[in-house]
Amino acid sequence: MRRLKPFLTFGVIIAVFMLSGCSNMVVLDPKGPVGEQQKDLILYSIGFMTFILLVVYGLFAFIVYKYRDHKNHKGYDPDNEGSHLLETIWWVIPIIIVIALSIPTVKTIYSLEGPPEETKDQKPLVIHATSVNWKWVFSYPEQDIETVNYLHIPEDRPVLFKLTSADSMASFWIPALGGQKYAMAGMETELYLQADEQGTFEGRNSNFTGEGFTDHTFEVHSLTDDAFDKWADETKSGAPELTKEQYDKLMLPGHVKEMTFSSTHLEWVNHADEADYAVKTRERLGYEPKVPHSKEAKEERKKLKEEKLKEEKQQQESESHGDSHAH
Amino acid sequence: MKWDEFFVTGDPLIYGADVSIALTTAGILFYLTYFKKWKWLWTEWLTTVDHKKLGIMYIVSAVLMLFRGGVDALLMRTQLAVPEAKFLDSQHYNEIFTTHGTIMIIFMAMPFLIGLINVVVPLQIGARDVAYPYLNAVSFWTFFIGAMLFNISFIIGGSPSAGWTSYMPLASNEMSPGPGQNYYLLGLQIAGIGTLLTGINFLVTILKMRAPGMTLFRMPMFTWSSLVTMVIIIFAFPILTVALALMTFDRLFGSHFFTLQGEGMDMLWANLFWLWGHPEVYIVILPAFGMFSEIISTFSRKTLFGYKAMIWSMLLIAGYSFLVWVHHFFTMGSGAVVNSVFSITTMAIGIPTGVKIFNWLFTMYRGKIEFATPMLWSLGFIVNFVIGGVTGVMLAMAAADYQYHNTYFLVSHFHYVLIAGTVFACFAGLVYWYPKMFGYKLNERIGKWVFWLFTIGFNICFFPQYFLGLDGMPRRVYTYSEESGWGPLNMVSTIGGFMMGVAFLILVYNMYYSFRYAKRETHGDAWNGRTLEWSTPSAMPPFYNFAKIPVVKSLDHFWRQKQEGKVEKLTIKDIKPIHMPSNSGVPFIMASFFFIAGFGMVFEWMWMGALGLIGVFGTLIYRSFEYDDGYYVSEEEIIKTEKISN
Repeated sequence: MRRLKPFLTFGVIIAVFMLSGCSNMVVLDPKGPVGEQQKDLILYSIGFMTFILLVVYGLFAFIVYKYRDHKNHKGYDPDNEGSHLLETIWWVIPIIIVIALSIPTVKTIYSLEGPPEETKDQKPLVIHATSVNWKWVFSYPEQDIETVNYLHIPEDRPVLFKLTSADSMASFWIPALGGQKYAMAGMETELYLQADEQGTFEGRNSNFTGEGFTDHTFEVHSLTDDAFDKWADETKSGAPELTKEQYDKLMLPGHVKEMTFSSTHLEWVNHADEADYAVKTRERLGYEPKVPHSKEAKEERKKLKEEKLKEEKQQQESESHGDSHAH
Repeated sequence: MKWDEFFVTGDPLIYGADVSIALTTAGILFYLTYFKKWKWLWTEWLTTVDHKKLGIMYIVSAVLMLFRGGVDALLMRTQLAVPEAKFLDSQHYNEIFTTHGTIMIIFMAMPFLIGLINVVVPLQIGARDVAYPYLNAVSFWTFFIGAMLFNISFIIGGSPSAGWTSYMPLASNEMSPGPGQNYYLLGLQIAGIGTLLTGINFLVTILKMRAPGMTLFRMPMFTWSSLVTMVIIIFAFPILTVALALMTFDRLFGSHFFTLQGEGMDMLWANLFWLWGHPEVYIVILPAFGMFSEIISTFSRKTLFGYKAMIWSMLLIAGYSFLVWVHHFFTMGSGAVVNSVFSITTMAIGIPTGVKIFNWLFTMYRGKIEFATPMLWSLGFIVNFVIGGVTGVMLAMAAADYQYHNTYFLVSHFHYVLIAGTVFACFAGLVYWYPKMFGYKLNERIGKWVFWLFTIGFNICFFPQYFLGLDGMPRRVYTYSEESGWGPLNMVSTIGGFMMGVAFLILVYNMYYSFRYAKRETHGDAWNGRTLEWSTPSAMPPFYNFAKIPVVKSLDHFWRQKQEGKVEKLTIKDIKPIHMPSNSGVPFIMASFFFIAGFGMVFEWMWMGALGLIGVFGTLIYRSFEYDDGYYVSEEEIIKTEKISN
């Protein structure tokens, strides 16, 4: 037992340390019904897993302690080679556990294919989300507006995301609202999400897409119905129209700031039907992919780094002056 | 390709590596020349077909790769220790996690296990070598050359950076131009040939070369696990070979299997990759299970509990391993039916695995447990692997997986199964069979330090990552913001990572220390073992393994003989000439041609690729006309080696 002590103490310390932070981990603190269902499933499974761990660790501690080689060792039986009863027990119990986990899993899988139960009578808001290395383009076909790298959605209304990609395989994920789904060129996948409260949530691509992957993110603003409608109307009337020329520039790999337009790119291309649009556009614009260790690529990286540093500096300066200019 | 881009430049880390590689190479060349070791190197090692020596070479390469992959890991952990760190830039980080994953799976875990299988399995079944010793040398050298080709990428041309999964279209020419991705394709392709040949070789060896009386159900569990592994290799590796070839065509010859243009299908790559990739996971875990079975039984001084259940559960796992690949991309939108089916098959694979855990526990029940280092690793395996197992079941629940996918929850899960399973087994097996390979044990006291430091470091490193995952930290990001709040747990994780690094260094020191100071074994049974490899009279078996092939009457035959006091002594009457295979330099030369071919194709110098391939076919043709039936070891030589007097 003396040998196991470090393990135990360590386990207790870690457990206390970790569990104290559990309540505010984003996946376990969802802001919508989709994430809520997933959280319930996760907690349900954690219950079973804790049970399994307790059984195994209990048996382990008992057997290793009792049958360690020591002076008063008792019960040695070198030819004890099996027991039908015991073996049946540990074939049957895991089967029962798997069944107990499968039922809610399958139920949730089916339920997540459609809009959330409580709002299924409402017409979902349709948003096309298109990933282009390393930005997100969001088109609202009904409102006929388009945004880049940010989303506005109404609260308490299901949103149907139609996902696709102009190039690499990306994964559309807003952890606070629910699980992710892949966005792939030449494909359209669908994902229902819904926010139950107003607020700003982080969204991102979680599937590795190369050099700019880390900053392949966007912000989600959940508004009241009225505020959303007002924003949509204002955007429609106030924002500039998206030209094909401008959109084609977005096809070049890189990061851009948030953008807003009063028309959508769906008028001339849907990447779900035209997988090679971005590649062809890049060729037409004379873009050539650079070998990562070539001179040109290194110079480009250096330039980007300097720009980023400059930006950070400016931000710091504006923050330190920020108090006096607060609006 | 411009010549000034041939060598990777502009990074102090790379220059440091350049210098250390140059110094090491010079040192080795000097040593070989000064001590006149060239001939020794050629006759004893480069041309050998002895399964024990090939096994040792596999293990030495694997330990070197563990060092390389481990340095990659520590560089990543350093970069992630604090938010917004500037230690590595994105491209560099991407290259490092790509090579870390590829090296650890393909060039560390597999060769380490295949090395131990090479050393142990022929001895366990009472054979004098494998079925095809020559092919075994080809296997080793193609693996080794594949690994070297992959490894030079970081100083010549640049490493691949599309992840070890190399998803298309990211890995295509349009998004990953240059030699990096080609290194991945050709390095794996060449090494894969070796693995497939090993699969065929050991399948035949185990089925056809067992000592008389050793029926299938009298085979030691490690041999059983190797047999099942070989079957998986034979079914899984051709898929990888084809997938890699198709992507190579896409990149080098402009085909459109997986590309964005020409109606290519990127999802097909993901499916093919994981159709191989999931069985691959079991290729690296089943031999581990086999080793733990042997070790737990040996150090509990007790028969394995539920021998037949262990075998059936392994066969079930092998079958299931081909029916779960979709769980690697539940988020691809395959629909509710597909995801439900694959959720259930994946969870079901936990059932036979759970059965094995209980059988190990009850092998110790009513035993007499001795806490030798190999046993500590095995006990550590049970405790830690279960955590990896239950989180695996959690990940199998597709609806929940949408939240875990691509996060540190997943990263932590697969490190809990691959480190606590495979790496612990490699260390346990290394320590356990070390006296069989080198004639002395590794120091036990230092060994226990390594175990505790590594295990505690491992938990400090990876346990926090479950929580980082639940807090939304995606894998493969090269940095994160202060506001994300992921800083403290990442710092903890990094500290754990470095503890594992220190433990590895102590392990290597232990090899040196034991080489200098360990007591040499005087007989073949270092641990009071149960299986035939411990029955050889000398600590290290002679090159022909057994002067007289043993006759097996039961499971754990050697142990029962010892119990009954009936261990047979070798007499002069038993000695007959032994037929052994001849050494050959052809496998090494063939692999060198593979290197030339691979290197040429990496840089798309087709003349060089063609030249290399002509060389490969040349050696094949040479071999076809070579008539060599091996040779006989004379009775006098055997008597001298076995030190029989009367």
